[in-house]
Amino acid sequence: MTDGSARVWWRFLRNPGAMLGALILAGVVALAAAAPLLYPEGPFEMVGRPYAPPLSEFLLGTDMLGRDIAAGIAHGARISLLVGCVATLVIVLLGTLIGSLAGYFGGRVDSVLMRVTEFFQTVPSFIGAIVLVAILQPSLASVIGAIAIVSWAPLARLVRGEVISVRNREYVQSCVALGMGDARIILVQILPNVISTVVVAASLMVATAILFESGLSFLGLGDPNIMTWGFMIGAGRAAMRTAWWMVTIPGIAILLTVLAINLVGDGLNEALNPRLKQL
Amino acid sequence: MPQSLLRVRGLRTEFRSPRGSWFPVVNGVDLRLEAGETLAVVGESGCGKSMLAYSIMRLVPRPLGRPAGGEVLLGGRDLLQLSEREMRAVRGRDVSMIFQEPMTSLNPLMPVGEQVSESIREHESCTSGEAARRALELLDLVGIPEPAKRFGQYPHHLSGGMRQRVMIAIALACRPKVLIADEPTTALDVTIQAQVLALLDRLKREMGMGIILITHDLGVVAEWAQRVMVMYAGRKVEEASAEEFFGGPAHPYSRALLASVPSPELVLADGDHELTEIAGTVPPLDRLPQGCAFAGRCPRVQDRCGEEQPVLRPFGSEGRMVACLRADSPRAGEIGR
Amino acid sequence: MWQARLSYLLRRFAHGLPIVLAIVVVNFFLVRLAPGDAATVLAGEAGAATAQYMEQIRAQFGLDQPLYVQFLSYMKNILVFDMGYSFRHGRTVASLIFERLWATLLLMGTAMAISTGIGVLLGALAARYDRKPLGFAIVLFAIVSYATPLFWVGLMLIIVFALNLGWFPTSGIATIGADTGGLGHVLDVAHHLVLPALTLSFFYMALYTRLMRASMLETLRMDFVTTARAKGVAEGRVVRRHVLRNAILPVLTMAGVQVSGMLGGSVIVESVFGWPGLGLLAFESLAARDLNLLLGIFFLSSLLVVATNALIDLAYTLVDPRIELAGRSKRND
Repeated sequence: MTDGSARVWWRFLRNPGAMLGALILAGVVALAAAAPLLYPEGPFEMVGRPYAPPLSEFLLGTDMLGRDIAAGIAHGARISLLVGCVATLVIVLLGTLIGSLAGYFGGRVDSVLMRVTEFFQTVPSFIGAIVLVAILQPSLASVIGAIAIVSWAPLARLVRGEVISVRNREYVQSCVALGMGDARIILVQILPNVISTVVVAASLMVATAILFESGLSFLGLGDPNIMTWGFMIGAGRAAMRTAWWMVTIPGIAILLTVLAINLVGDGLNEALNPRLKQL
Repeated sequence: MPQSLLRVRGLRTEFRSPRGSWFPVVNGVDLRLEAGETLAVVGESGCGKSMLAYSIMRLVPRPLGRPAGGEVLLGGRDLLQLSEREMRAVRGRDVSMIFQEPMTSLNPLMPVGEQVSESIREHESCTSGEAARRALELLDLVGIPEPAKRFGQYPHHLSGGMRQRVMIAIALACRPKVLIADEPTTALDVTIQAQVLALLDRLKREMGMGIILITHDLGVVAEWAQRVMVMYAGRKVEEASAEEFFGGPAHPYSRALLASVPSPELVLADGDHELTEIAGTVPPLDRLPQGCAFAGRCPRVQDRCGEEQPVLRPFGSEGRMVACLRADSPRAGEIGR
Repeated sequence: MWQARLSYLLRRFAHGLPIVLAIVVVNFFLVRLAPGDAATVLAGEAGAATAQYMEQIRAQFGLDQPLYVQFLSYMKNILVFDMGYSFRHGRTVASLIFERLWATLLLMGTAMAISTGIGVLLGALAARYDRKPLGFAIVLFAIVSYATPLFWVGLMLIIVFALNLGWFPTSGIATIGADTGGLGHVLDVAHHLVLPALTLSFFYMALYTRLMRASMLETLRMDFVTTARAKGVAEGRVVRRHVLRNAILPVLTMAGVQVSGMLGGSVIVESVFGWPGLGLLAFESLAARDLNLLLGIFFLSSLLVVATNALIDLAYTLVDPRIELAGRSKRND
């Protein structure tokens, strides 16, 4: 990041797409935060007659058991954001660790780690996640863990590439010549230069993780005690013919959230790497 | 004076600054080129040489840049007034261009022979077999060994020098009247450079075309050009025959360019052997100072240089021009010593 | 030339071999990660869980043997595609999987053709009409599609085109009981294929559109495009002959990378549309807790990725002459 952070922020703020994304995202975050206040009875509580359409006594209608869909959306937002953020955090830690070790040390370490990375990139990640969750039993932790395990590889590859290019720069070489410790060089000299790349990749990864989670819980692989958007859609399938809103509304929630995060991620990308603007 | 092969008058091309205003990158340039002549256009990078070439070809990248006036007269027509369709017929047939980077100037996914014959088929109605036969001849003409074998090969099979020969074959496919060579040898090894330039010179004489040779290498100019035109900050600041130019450049910028040449046989005629870098850099074209653009770097700057824009005026012998307030004698170089 | 291609293909397969091996190893240990050993799972599946029966199963499946013996026999079995027995279906895993494989291949092949085809077209249009309304509309469409969950796209298509308009069937691969035979059957399958294939294409279409647009814009700025223009080639032909082919390369690379993602997507699409392929089988095995079957599918789908990647690399050599069949030099951009 050679630019002053003020200019980065300015570029971000001037990007209409990124601002729209940030706005939607702020709305989702606010909804998630306010869920226990808005719907203190929780999303599983049967509060009215079943199959009430939207804009009746319930804003977004009810499902086949008379549960308030709005409550599900609000509480589901908490889970989506939680899974997205925690999984991404794990992915970033894993990917940065493995990528920077491979890129910094090169040689044998690199070839072994890259072989492992290649393995994780080849294995179909969604099926891998299904297998992992099925074996570990569905729970919030196993879902997050499974998503992280099958998703870190591309980030590791990205970080490795960046680390290699930074490692060959003169000031890093001079640190090596001065006998600075490897750990210190990686942490102090190299990683700060890689951060902007990681931030952009990670922001987009939150969106992917949310899509992943919704897919898993749609297939019935979510924590059975937690209301998620994917689960709501999966449950609503049976009543699709009569109650379209049960599948439509949670889908829009996922779409808006993922879209917002993608827009913010793209905006960050343009702000941090202005040369790549056309991409 | 007989009608020149190519005549450019008051050519102006503008670029858009990040802040949205338009500024000139080619600023009122005049130029004439005779058949069989090599005119060298010299100057540092960013002085507008390449944009001059692109402007003549009408290939200025849009929407970054736009033409903003002037005339480009070729065979009695003003190229700037042609429709895009008419201009396409001119490109590659009447005026051709070769570029600096032979490594990236050829389509990596198309056999080189096809890239040559494409040029022929675009301008002349002939069968693909006929075009291929002529392309093969051209490859031979530009000195590519085993042209039949090379014909079907891809650019990555060829060395930089060979690729540049292919580029020349493409450019000369339709025997153009004018060839614009934009730093044709900058990316090549020194030995290859001489071969390619000798090839261009031979073909120029055989075909009777005129070459505009854009370069920053004064050694190349001294060896191959008949006339020299110096550009600075989008303007022509000096024009002279090669002989006169190397005999004693009039503009302080020309002197500085010449002084920065390392090769011993090219030192100034007045005995200045010291190799110097030109201090400072070309000022950003969207923020040019008032007055002479070179004033900030000029060793002989005066107060009025910062106020008055020097105009191009005849200087000494026939056809010689300079735009400097202080160049007042053919030995201007001695002033201020 | 074809010999060089064949040996190239074989070398690419060989390169994937360690990965296949690693998948086998991972599979072996994944089974042992599950709560209870295979015997309890199998016994549970069979519905009889007496201690004596459990011992019998353990002995039968060699679960009383030391780990390395079990591993070796597992490896030996996998080599001949013996992936165990599905009690739920009462058949071997291998026979189940191979029966379902072609439906998945049909779905994925179609979706791949649609997504790359339309993605390239839209991306090229978006680049051609950059900063114009059409270009903006395409980019907008791609951004939104890129954020839409697959299963939801499928359900929306079902609601609109199957339930409301009645244009397409809601599920399955063929009309049950219809004995149309020959061409009629092909048309029937194609009719059933439309919605699932569109659904699976959706996300990837958006991805390839964005990629193609960026790649086009980049290629348009390249030197050889200027060369073509300087030759006097008409703009349309510049784009068709010089820009498009170069710009497609990154899309092709990405299509290879995304095969594995598409397999994951097919699990979702197949379970939404009841399309009887590997994905639906995986979904069913989840519901039935049929771990053997699930791992078999996992193994085969990994193999499928390795194989398709090799094929796509080969396709790449046909498009890009810079990839030497002899070496492994990739494009370095």
